[in-house]
Amino acid sequence: MAGSNPNAKPMDLTLKIWRQKDKNSAGQLVTYPLNGISPDMSFLEMLDVLNEELLVKGEEPVAFDHDCREGICGMCSLFINGRAHGPERGTTTCQLHMRHFNHGDTITIEPWRAAAFPVHKDLIVDRSAFDRIQQAGGYVSVNTGGVPDANEIAIPKTIADKAFDAATCIGCGACVAACKNASAMLFVSAKVSQLAMLPQGKVERKTRVENMVAQMDVEGFGACSNIGACAAECPVGISLDNIAMMNREYLGAKASSENV
Amino acid sequence: MNWFTKTFSSTIGRKIIMSITGLFLCSFLVVHLIGNLTLFKGDDGVTFNLYSHFMANNPIIRTMEIVLVLGFVFHIYDALVLTRRNKTARPVGYSENHPQENSNWSSRNMGLLGTVILVFLIIHLWNFFVPARFGGVAGLEGLEGVVIDNVDYDNLYLKVVQSFQIWWYVVIYVIAMVALAYHLIHGFQSAFQTLGLTHKKYTPFIKTFGVIFSVLVCFGFAIIPIYFFFAA
Repeated sequence: MAGSNPNAKPMDLTLKIWRQKDKNSAGQLVTYPLNGISPDMSFLEMLDVLNEELLVKGEEPVAFDHDCREGICGMCSLFINGRAHGPERGTTTCQLHMRHFNHGDTITIEPWRAAAFPVHKDLIVDRSAFDRIQQAGGYVSVNTGGVPDANEIAIPKTIADKAFDAATCIGCGACVAACKNASAMLFVSAKVSQLAMLPQGKVERKTRVENMVAQMDVEGFGACSNIGACAAECPVGISLDNIAMMNREYLGAKASSENV
Repeated sequence: MNWFTKTFSSTIGRKIIMSITGLFLCSFLVVHLIGNLTLFKGDDGVTFNLYSHFMANNPIIRTMEIVLVLGFVFHIYDALVLTRRNKTARPVGYSENHPQENSNWSSRNMGLLGTVILVFLIIHLWNFFVPARFGGVAGLEGLEGVVIDNVDYDNLYLKVVQSFQIWWYVVIYVIAMVALAYHLIHGFQSAFQTLGLTHKKYTPFIKTFGVIFSVLVCFGFAIIPIYFFFAA
């Protein structure tokens, strides 16, 4: 296989995985031995191997979220050995490779924990609270009409870069999972500041921040204590500066918007 | 609820109250410390007693005292409301968690540090503020008198000297000041972040200043009981 290390020895692992039948059932950590794992596998491929073994044995496979497996969709999650997306910084679980673990390791795998992210099954949590926050204002309304010329609206490079950095948020929820308060401030602030910085987004900026923050509070996320765990665990490196910017936006909007 | 109460009962609104009151309480610490430094004048407390007399009687100071109490009340009340909310936001915790890999201990334990400071504050007020202000009222023991330039004053200085001869009292003070230092090291820069006052040019200065401020102020307070314990 291209890129694989011929000297890499297969690893034997002990997995402790959160198993939960459905939303209303109580869950528990179940221990599975798993042998012969290649260090070149991704973490999700390792779980695929486990699931194949479970299927053969006639047991229920472990349910976990995944989609692109390229680190860009934000679907994978998992709290691995006490860290969101595992021990590596700036990495999603699908991009985490087994070479970061050792032969004989015990790996604990839990779902995101937050009241706003209820567990559906095993390691799958319901992250639709993020969707509802987005629907509350995380968009730019486009009216019909002729298509404007490209580059008609001048945007300074520094602003475009900052907006792009905020826009890289993949909405995986690691910020919520890592935060001691299960706060969604990093996610919401990335969405708010991304649009607030650009001319197209400025039109709705006041109502946007008011509605998105209100929805964030309704969903039951905690408040921000500025501990910085969210930014440290964020797979795409969303900065805490976005939270400061959202607070500025929020205070300004509350003080001056027409919404009483 | 109207827009105003709605704003300040949102999570961000409450954090804004926390930061404004927090920074206000920091300004109080500066004033309090500068006043306390008159204890070191070496004049058997003459300057300190005159200063404490001024603080107890000046109308502007007395008005600010009410604002100060309100600062504490809002800071503590919002801390309680937010802590409760934050606990409900994660009803089921992780069986394995390593927060030390992504954040500082003091930043995660502001509530614990704040509680230590609150307990200290109650002890501190009971020892100095209550006898000075309410001595003689409802049977409370007051302070001894002292004559300075033929005028009678309360001898708060004597109370300070006597209090800090008790070793465990000194220990409580020093522990509380260490807790305060850690509370401020996170709190000072965090307040600016919450208020949205961040900028490439100023934030590094605010962070450094916050650490120096926290350590210096708390060291200044902590040295007082230590000095009087060993001077006796």
